[in-house]
Amino acid sequence: MAKINMTPEKTKMPEQDPDIRNRNFLEVATGYTPQMAQEEAQRCLNCKHKPCVSGCPVNVNIPSFIQAVAQGDIEKAYEIITKTNSLPAICGRVCPQETQCELPCVRGIKGEPVAIGRLERYVADYMLAKETFIADTPKPTVKKNKKVAVIGSGPAGLTAASDLCDMGYDVTIFEALHKAGGVLVYGIPEFRLPESIVEKEIERLKAKGVCIELNMVIGKIISIQELHEEEGFEAIFVGTGAGLPNFMNIPGENLNGVFSANEFLTRVNLMKAYDPSYDTPIYFGSHVAVVGGGNVAMDAARAAKRLGAEQVYIVYRRSEQEMPARAEEVHHAKEEGIEFRLLTNPTKILGENGWVTGMECVRMQLSEPGPDGRRRPVVIPGSEYVLKTTSVIMAIGTSPNPLIKSTTEGLETNKWGCIVADEETGQTSIPYIFAGGDAVTGAATVILAMGAGKKAAAAIDKYLDK
Amino acid sequence: MYRILERKDLNSDVVYMKVDAPAVAKKCEPGQFIILRVDETGERIPLTISDYNREEGWVSIIFQKVGKTTYLLDTLQQGDYILDFVGPLGIASHTDNMSRVCVVGGGLGCAIAYPQAKKLFGMGLHVDVIAGFRNKSLVFLQEEMKRNSTNYYLMTDDGTAGEKGMVTKKLKELIEGGANYDTVIAIGPVVMMKYVSLLTKEYNIKTIVSMNPIMIDGTGMCGGCRLTVDGQTKFACVDGPDFDGHKVDFDGLMQRLSMYKEQEKHKCNLFRGIE
Ligand SMILES: Cc1cc2nc3c(=O)[nH]c(=O)nc-3n(C[C@H](O)[C@H](O)[C@H](O)COP(=O)(O)OP(=O)(O)OC[C@H]3O[C@@H](n4cnc5c(N)ncnc54)[C@H](O)[C@@H]3O)c2cc1C
Ligand SMILES: Cc1cc2nc3c(=O)[nH]c(=O)nc-3n(C[C@H](O)[C@H](O)[C@H](O)COP(=O)(O)OP(=O)(O)OC[C@H]3O[C@@H](n4cnc5c(N)ncnc54)[C@H](O)[C@@H]3O)c2cc1C
Ligand code: SF4
Ligand code: SF4
Ligand code: FES
Repeated sequence: MAKINMTPEKTKMPEQDPDIRNRNFLEVATGYTPQMAQEEAQRCLNCKHKPCVSGCPVNVNIPSFIQAVAQGDIEKAYEIITKTNSLPAICGRVCPQETQCELPCVRGIKGEPVAIGRLERYVADYMLAKETFIADTPKPTVKKNKKVAVIGSGPAGLTAASDLCDMGYDVTIFEALHKAGGVLVYGIPEFRLPESIVEKEIERLKAKGVCIELNMVIGKIISIQELHEEEGFEAIFVGTGAGLPNFMNIPGENLNGVFSANEFLTRVNLMKAYDPSYDTPIYFGSHVAVVGGGNVAMDAARAAKRLGAEQVYIVYRRSEQEMPARAEEVHHAKEEGIEFRLLTNPTKILGENGWVTGMECVRMQLSEPGPDGRRRPVVIPGSEYVLKTTSVIMAIGTSPNPLIKSTTEGLETNKWGCIVADEETGQTSIPYIFAGGDAVTGAATVILAMGAGKKAAAAIDKYLDK
Repeated sequence: MYRILERKDLNSDVVYMKVDAPAVAKKCEPGQFIILRVDETGERIPLTISDYNREEGWVSIIFQKVGKTTYLLDTLQQGDYILDFVGPLGIASHTDNMSRVCVVGGGLGCAIAYPQAKKLFGMGLHVDVIAGFRNKSLVFLQEEMKRNSTNYYLMTDDGTAGEKGMVTKKLKELIEGGANYDTVIAIGPVVMMKYVSLLTKEYNIKTIVSMNPIMIDGTGMCGGCRLTVDGQTKFACVDGPDFDGHKVDFDGLMQRLSMYKEQEKHKCNLFRGIE
């Protein structure tokens, strides 16, 4: 029996000092050493009923991979994880573990849960660091001689493509942007998810035989129907995400200095505006107000700080408890000097000569829980005040882009523009079209998008086997 | 990678390039544009598809050297490659319910207006073209425009070619003279489109303008290209680029276009070795 480490806290992961990292784009947390991983793995009790597994949307066999880590067999651990999760280096970094796998962990009852995410990351990083990681990619052993198209290269599309390729299909991914990865490359910043990791996963897909066509906006250059009828793709998976930014529709939103978080983060991440050798410009001024309380808001705020903004605010209309962001990101943001203006809602953006100079806000309070148990924010009368700011970043959510719907006759969507798909199979109102990820659920998480890609791949296989 | 099949200088500032892009050529329609990225560190910039050939698989672009990216693009020669070239983007120009049309092009706008004039004229409509330039040396596409219009009127600010004066002067003259246009299509500098729209409003003639805000993705994902039309926020890359000239907030657009002026000027000067 391996020995058990009864320390109530998680083994700390080394991090860059907050006052240093808020001036660079290098990864915040630098990862476990082999000793740390071993120590943390020994905190797992290898529970028979595996409560943690049911908390993971793709049911990674957590105790069994952790036992392998404890025994020092990292390759085996990787094999166990990748049976159900093809992108562990990414999930280990960005999953909201505190509401998923780590929530039901028994060790969390009297102390902190086992650091499942950190261990998952450790295992994946160990494998990714091997020089032969890409060359070692297992190639499909069967061939079906059937073509399947995947639209969008976010986590949903990458997972579906990977599984379909393993099953022996000829898979082509069509991506609108000039780089594959979806939100993983244009949204989530380098300091949280290094691009090199996403790139390696994509190289691995290519090594398996998946073909990736960039700069292809489906619906414009070719429609889904044409892919099916003229190009011979027998089934199509749509993983186009929810990329359309919402604005608040308050006065002053078109002033210079107001961005959607998507624009701000795209300039920073995809176009590398933080690096002077790249041509894409970015503007933010000295004071930046980010409106919203999710991961997107945290990322935008922390990126602005790193670019050199003196003062960065998070403006959120509910309290910290309701913030949808990962707990770790909120914690990191605070450490880095981001100021939180909670229970605050913007009402107007003020400007001079067309440029932002401030934002009028009101204070909010939470109502008593309504029939749905949710406490609604309500305005405190007479609480208006002006927050001095030179730019405003709107991170208040996104919706699916209407392009696919508007160019695919008969494809059913709901009132929010999300594609209607069967929960188990991802099949849409058009039998050969399957969909999953944010395009179906609205903005959600990486792991849910991957899970949907997985289910759809299995369903496509069934559909085409008939 | 997209190969440049041909390049020509149309005047000292404006360059024509024919690019090998069969999939784009197969689908594109007048009024649509592409977004390109010259190299790995480059910006994404939008350029209108000025012509295309579906059989031969090319599309052409005409661009004016105004900043870093367009100067960088200018360094490419026939046989060189453009790294990324994505399109066709935007909504194709509508051609319904038109019979007598006046196409007004200002400077570089003539390049954007050309495919529309060509299409409408090809459909058998009456198409008058008014092309305006600052002076004679800048005039381009004259022969092509002439071939694809019922009447072609050339205007220059200084009178060195065609008639002296602005495009609005000629447009007013033609309208007053009974040209009886049902549609005016105005493409050029924002101020020009604004004044054409103000003029045609007096005569209640439907006017279409082509908007050119700063863009990144061109797919509706960033909202950077937003502008106000009839009091509502629109994304030019997916809702446009054509809009009703009587409803566009031109002043707001001009303001947004100035957003990166200082930074762009700096990058451009560095690239050209000025300063
Ligand atoms: C800034 C930010 C931070 C986030 N942080 C976290 C986090 O910490 N943890 C977490 O779990 N989740 C996080 N999320 C959410 C998560 O990234 C998404 O839920 C997930 O990426 C959705 O995956 P997807 O595959 O459905 O779509 P996406 O990742 O959005 O990918 C869709 C892809 O499809 C392409 N596409 C769209 N339309 C077309 C078309 N017509 N033709 C061709 N291609 C097209 C897009 O360009 C894009 O590449 C974050 C999101 C953002 C924006
Ligand atoms: C839908 C669309 C179609 C277009 N079609 C053409 C075309 O066919 N031919 C062509 O030459 N140009 C066209 N443009 C404009 C072209 O995209 C810009 O000239 C180009 O982005 C400038 O890039 P740059 O790096 O060379 O200059 P920058 O350094 O970015 O800018 C130089 C100067 O141009 C101004 N500027 C920047 N972006 C734009 C813009 N989008 N429109 C107008 N001024 C701008 C800046 O304020 C600055 O003063 C189009 C724009 C749009 C949105
Ligand atoms: S995939 Fe995410 S939820 Fe599942 S075990 Fe890994 S970190 Fe936890
Ligand atoms: S619940 Fe916690 S302690 Fe138990 S097996 Fe899962 S990770 Fe280990
Ligand atoms: S260019 Fe990004 S939304 Fe139009």
